[in-house]
Amino acid sequence: MANSDNNRRKFFATTLQSVGLTALGGLLWSGYSDEVKASPLVLRPPGAIKEEDFLAACIKCGLCAEACQNRDTNIDKVTGKARPGTLLMAKGGDHKLIGTPYFIPTEVPCYMCEDIPCVPVCPSGALDMPSLLNEKEELDINKSRMGLAVVHKESCIAFWGIQCDACYRACPLLDEAITLEYAKNERTGKHAFLLPIVHDDVCTGCGLCEMACVTEKPAIFVLPHEVSQGKAGSHYVKGWDKADEKRLENAQAEITTTERSEKSSEDYLNTEELY
Amino acid sequence: MNNIKYLLLRRVTQIGILVLYFGANAWGWNILAGTFGSSVLFGVIPLADPYTTLQVLATGFVLGTDVLLGALIMTLFYFVVGGRAFCSWVCPINMVTDLANWLRRKLNLDKEEVNYRFIKRKARYWIMVLGLIVSAVVGIAAFEVLSPITIMQRGIIFGFGAGIAVIIAIFLFDLFGVKNGWCGHLCPLGASYSLIGKASLIRVKHDHEACTACMKCKVVCPENQVLHMIDKKSISVTDGECTNCGRCIDVCDDDALKFSIRSFGKK
Repeated sequence: MANSDNNRRKFFATTLQSVGLTALGGLLWSGYSDEVKASPLVLRPPGAIKEEDFLAACIKCGLCAEACQNRDTNIDKVTGKARPGTLLMAKGGDHKLIGTPYFIPTEVPCYMCEDIPCVPVCPSGALDMPSLLNEKEELDINKSRMGLAVVHKESCIAFWGIQCDACYRACPLLDEAITLEYAKNERTGKHAFLLPIVHDDVCTGCGLCEMACVTEKPAIFVLPHEVSQGKAGSHYVKGWDKADEKRLENAQAEITTTERSEKSSEDYLNTEELY
Repeated sequence: MNNIKYLLLRRVTQIGILVLYFGANAWGWNILAGTFGSSVLFGVIPLADPYTTLQVLATGFVLGTDVLLGALIMTLFYFVVGGRAFCSWVCPINMVTDLANWLRRKLNLDKEEVNYRFIKRKARYWIMVLGLIVSAVVGIAAFEVLSPITIMQRGIIFGFGAGIAVIIAIFLFDLFGVKNGWCGHLCPLGASYSLIGKASLIRVKHDHEACTACMKCKVVCPENQVLHMIDKKSISVTDGECTNCGRCIDVCDDDALKFSIRSFGKK
């Protein structure tokens, strides 16, 4: 009797211990996992779904990076050897979620292959092929949105008045994703500025402009959309734009009520605390 | 030579598979591409790791059919060849932990008094379940964040980076910490394959009549609790934790152990 009592106590104690240690492990593990997925400045392959979902969906197989490395167009015409692929697999120390594909435009930008070898091989759905199909149901790399190029005008020498159109000419969507805006150079009075302007409805985020930029640290660079784009929100609508006005269709009035203060407005003047 | 037959076969298989994966990236080979998480065999047959697949599903993401089909194919394959055959015949970490284990014996670290046995072998099953819960809570495949298995495999294919530290940590843990610490106590991937192994077909069978009770098999076995029938009963090793590594068959001088098909029905 006493023995079975002891056994039961031991059973409860070890079960409790296991559950407790599992809870401890779970907390540490969750905390660590949550930290490692926070890398907002990462550029994903074409067709990548929203970053938060991408982190869940990517099974880290590397098939996209292998397809990129072995793409037919990746042969150096002079040496006949394969050049490095665009897509890298995040390693320990890269401070990106380990095993997920990404690219660094200043090392190797995305060359926007027409057949997009990296996307159809994705088995998990982290790279979404339907999002890259055009009206004719063909793969269209121009539909990809890997990021958005942003110009830092203070370091861009075109904004100084020096003639440079390196990014404009490097852009695969020439005169669409980046256009040159003319402006008068008031400093000299007789020269023109040719200012690069990025259009976010066309820019794919391939990074060829960043690669081509002549300044020591590129004055044009690609950032993920979450980082590079603002949002006007529902308080502002383009009243002259029929499409934008549609946003008002289901709008409801926002009614806020503030509780009426019972104190007299003069009360605070007679207390010690003024603020 | 006879007493390292299966060891050699395993090393050839392990390294051969890694070479195929490496070649797929480096030279565009089309035999076995991807990583253990998800692969493509001969450019058509999808393969996927069942536990990795479960983790992604736990995050709530609806996976592509290639991965789901691949996971099914892998489960059936290991149902035939023995669940943890993955661990001893495919997994590259096995070479690291086998080396640690071998050094442990050479450096006289094999004695019970220097073995920190503070983790139970059942811990891996808790970790396996926990991995799915953490995946669901955090929204990423939780074990894949720190899995030394795919870190090592990707390291070989794409370059290690700082990931090499994880491999060294496993080596040190197994050498100076717990004997068979990683593979035999902690690894949730091995635990998931153990579950498949509980019902798998190819198993080691013991012949009690031929056994001389030399216990060499128990010395080399990384999961020697599964060999409880040695010198007692002529039955198959049925525990899922057996990795089908065949070391016990290699070292047996009496032909008392061999691979066979598990006989269902009779005990």
